[in-house]
Amino acid sequence: MSKLKVATVWLDGCSGCHMSFLDMDERILELAKLIDVVYSPLVDAKDFPDEVDIALVEGAVASEDDEKKIKKVRAHSKLLIAMGDCAVAGNVPSMRNPFGPEAILERAYIENASVQQQIPCVVVPKLLKIVRPIHEFVTVDVFLPGCPPSADTFHTALTALVTGAPLDISALTRFGA
Amino acid sequence: MSESMGVKTLIIDGQEVSARSGQTILEVARENDIKIPTLCHIEGLGAVGACRLCLVEVKGTSKLFPSCVANIHEGMEVLTDTERLRKHRRVILELLFAERNHICSVCVSNGHCELQALAQEQGVTHISLPYRNPALAVDASHERFTVDHNRCILCTRCVRVCAEIEGAHVWDVMGRGIDSIVITDLHDEWGASSCTRCGKCVQVCPTGALFDKSKIGSDHPKYPDFLPYLNLMREAQ
Repeated sequence: MSKLKVATVWLDGCSGCHMSFLDMDERILELAKLIDVVYSPLVDAKDFPDEVDIALVEGAVASEDDEKKIKKVRAHSKLLIAMGDCAVAGNVPSMRNPFGPEAILERAYIENASVQQQIPCVVVPKLLKIVRPIHEFVTVDVFLPGCPPSADTFHTALTALVTGAPLDISALTRFGA
Repeated sequence: MSESMGVKTLIIDGQEVSARSGQTILEVARENDIKIPTLCHIEGLGAVGACRLCLVEVKGTSKLFPSCVANIHEGMEVLTDTERLRKHRRVILELLFAERNHICSVCVSNGHCELQALAQEQGVTHISLPYRNPALAVDASHERFTVDHNRCILCTRCVRVCAEIEGAHVWDVMGRGIDSIVITDLHDEWGASSCTRCGKCVQVCPTGALFDKSKIGSDHPKYPDFLPYLNLMREAQ
């Protein structure tokens, strides 16, 4: 059996979900017999591959760049997993929603800056008005809540998805876990 | 024995149970270890049937009944765990999450929250409705407690415990529908209100909406078990 191609993607999140993924420790070696990580902040590939079996997405959709990325990921992935509370529910990045992006940019780059007070407008992507979970943009196949989901959750869920075993998400994790 | 104390027989989830006339479906279910999820209901306070999580099906009618306020009657057949009810319960929980800003990961009640626990129990893994993201206040004017309206689900437990048990009736609900909020006195700051500082409202609050300032992080379990005992002791006097 050829190995399943797995990608992991990092949108507006803290990378904690990726850290928790790595926390599977030596169990990753077992999984590596079944999967190939073909795209990830943890590997060197620069472009999202044409065909991916499982895409794990960390982070909410907060910028125009995130929106482009999540649509591309969806178009090239058989199974899309919302990994962690930011991807699932918006979580901490969405706490700016009641105030709007202008207010937080002002706070970060003007009020709290002692030198070079200016709001960046080139290179960095434009922020969306509202931070939203990824399922508001694309179809999500599996939701894995948690901040972050534990290494055990990752291991159990990924093993089930790769081997086709039954998966009961609510038995493993919850919002804020 | 008066007429109202008569024994009734009914069926809940296929199980034949006996009950006293005047009891609610929820009371009888719990006496028989049949689990019905609840959120606004709390042992020791009057029931208001606000959250609708405890809805049950009754044979012979397509209407659903809130089991915390619906009385039993002879021969009734109740179903508490059907696919129709499970779907309604999930939607109710999703509506509660979408309505205000419940960010579990940074909540003082993370791990001790009834809303969070119910979401997990009922299999809610995401909110399919768009979030409303309302701008809501946090009132930290009280020397001991804080009210964070972002996390309030309007169960009115605080209103009821303050009026029924403490007898102060500092808490009440202002506004209508989606604009409703709980207030102290006539929408005065909590710290400047006629609050007696007893803290009962904090202990019965199911989420992180009311919390004790001396608790940090998510180390804030609540202890509402005092209520039935307090009622029992008062009745004994």
